[in-house]
Amino acid sequence: MSIADRREPEPVTIDVSQIACPTPLRDYPHIVMGHGGGGRLSAELVENLFLPAFANESLQALGDSTPLLLPGNRIAVSTDSFVVQPLFFPGGSIGELAVNGTINDLAMSGARPLYLTAGFILEEGLPMEQLLRIVHNMAKAARDAGVSIIAGDTKVVERGHGDGCYINTTGIGMLPLDRKINIQQAEPGDAILVSGTIGDHGMAVMSVREGLEFESTIESDTASLADLVELMLEVCPMIKVLRDPTRGGLATSLHEIASASKCGIRLEESRIPVAPPVQSACEFFGLDPMLVANEGKLIAVVPSEWAARLLDAMQSHPLARRTAIIGRVVEDPYCHVVARTSLGANRIVPIPIGQQLPRIC
Amino acid sequence: MKYLTEFRNSDQAKRLAAEIERTVTRPWSIMEVCGGQTHSIIRNGIDQILPSSIELIHGPGCPVCVTPLQMIDQALEIAARPEVIFCSFGDMLRVPGSKEDLFKIKGAGGDVRIVYSPLDALKIAKANPDREVVFFAIGFETTAPANAMAIRLAKGQGLKNFSALVSHVLVPPAIEAIMRSPTNRVQGFLAAGHVCCVMGFHQYHALADRFHVPIVVTGFEPLDLLEGIRRTVLQLEGGEAFVENAFPRVVTEQGNQVAQKTINEVFELTDRGWRGIGVIPGSGWKLSQAYSEFDAADRFGVSHVRTCESSECRAGDVLQGVIKPNQCDAFGKTCTPRNPLGATMVSSEGACAAYYNFGRFVTLERV
Repeated sequence: MSIADRREPEPVTIDVSQIACPTPLRDYPHIVMGHGGGGRLSAELVENLFLPAFANESLQALGDSTPLLLPGNRIAVSTDSFVVQPLFFPGGSIGELAVNGTINDLAMSGARPLYLTAGFILEEGLPMEQLLRIVHNMAKAARDAGVSIIAGDTKVVERGHGDGCYINTTGIGMLPLDRKINIQQAEPGDAILVSGTIGDHGMAVMSVREGLEFESTIESDTASLADLVELMLEVCPMIKVLRDPTRGGLATSLHEIASASKCGIRLEESRIPVAPPVQSACEFFGLDPMLVANEGKLIAVVPSEWAARLLDAMQSHPLARRTAIIGRVVEDPYCHVVARTSLGANRIVPIPIGQQLPRIC
Repeated sequence: MKYLTEFRNSDQAKRLAAEIERTVTRPWSIMEVCGGQTHSIIRNGIDQILPSSIELIHGPGCPVCVTPLQMIDQALEIAARPEVIFCSFGDMLRVPGSKEDLFKIKGAGGDVRIVYSPLDALKIAKANPDREVVFFAIGFETTAPANAMAIRLAKGQGLKNFSALVSHVLVPPAIEAIMRSPTNRVQGFLAAGHVCCVMGFHQYHALADRFHVPIVVTGFEPLDLLEGIRRTVLQLEGGEAFVENAFPRVVTEQGNQVAQKTINEVFELTDRGWRGIGVIPGSGWKLSQAYSEFDAADRFGVSHVRTCESSECRAGDVLQGVIKPNQCDAFGKTCTPRNPLGATMVSSEGACAAYYNFGRFVTLERV
């Protein structure tokens, strides 16, 4: 490990072929207040940047709202705001996070994500090239997940009033009537699975933010989990709880499940998958991987007799090769999450208060 | 990474624990001095696999916990000033002063930043020549070399807008104070591996002789800790008391002499107050005469700030091993990590927080 200077995102070549009329944007290498003024500059940003990237008919109409035809008779809606710093990090950017994060919130209720809206708050001075990359990352993530971005908004705030770019996305999904996934349904005897290594996203962002370079790059795990969830529900319709352990990490999500379901959770610490570089980085910072954020992992609670079958199915999916059964739900009026350490001792997994603080030594 | 997993091997850990069990013929109380060791013991459950006759007493080796309230209040006063960028190690931010903590100062508009190295604070000073950058230089002998180096560099580079609020503490005087205490129950010490990495362990021989107490230089991984305990128990059972090095892959008798030279140049010995314990003579470092211009307490005129500690908090008794954290009346009631009365409840290295977070208020039969 070595301490390196903060790195700027690597320069990229802008694919001008994807932009209908690049000249107006080329004249503005940075976002200016006028891009949020509602006048010609705003229109140019929409026409030359957002529309070509998010290409779909609903958006093309440029109406004040977008009429949608929704299949089925139950929809799920979720909204989330993204303020990550830095905007670009190994394995992704705020663009993928904004799409995948909201898609995953829908998927965790069993909904099939269909549409997203996107609201941008841009800081005056944001390089146009960075905005282009963010928007293209969003477009690609949405395309990969089969989701359309059907409405949007842009505002510009003065320099110093925002960290370059904030994004809010709202997602709409179809929720089949027979799906009843709910955080209150965990019961004693159920098995708990996690879909792969934990802490990747948080440590990827932290290593860039703190200017620390490790021997191998830690990449964010940002990914849409909608496809994985479909596969899981096909194999095992009995899934009771799904949760994506984002901020606060695995430990926080397990505490949420335990307290919502009024039961306890017992973990085998040695079974929780942690990638060696993430483990090392956590040692370095004095952090617990169980408390570090993920953006492409999920926790599933299922009746124990279904666990082995679900495990096999999940391990066949490219996003969940390292799925593991990490513990079980037990009766416990105190709703404790307890981990069995590799030495065979028990320790209560704490709930973090606010952010995790790096230890001094 | 292999370097770490090797020292976490559960089979070997169980073998060491079994060997300790075979050796022990009577109860012994052993103090691990360093907060990092406490954290590792509790996190891995090492105390749970030891025979019940071995009691581990968690010592005063968490620098965050022992930094005196008065120093925290001085820091808060400096950090609240509009011209100041206040740089600190992360876990100092939540340590309660008499009224608030650094997080609250930050929330109210103070420019408080977490740094991982004092050299980062130096960089911030260079990048902000119109601001005053203050580094909160706390810690044991472990953090002293880097802190001293930053201050030396600041002088060398003629940085006028950098200063340090220094509150360094030293292990050997603390061991002496514990052994002299009339309520002392400690019969053997695990000396802090990282401290000895810097300072060596030659200065511990006199302590081992004078108080007839075994002192074993010990590391931080489960096998390191168990080996340290095993050697301490062997000495105790044999009626011996000498200094042993159970962490030779990192520690030498003389320590890191380059680091010591820098420390001796920048700092000089001083009497230091320890939170919850009181003043221990010659137990700290302050800036030496040659570097006094970098003293933030002088620069911002906060030396007059003097405060008293909560009478309800028994952190001092905990730090001296007189009581276990959960034997304090306030523990888990008026004092929790969310509303800590004393610093031992704040840092994850603090004995009270370690007890609370890792569930030492619950009987294990129930889990």
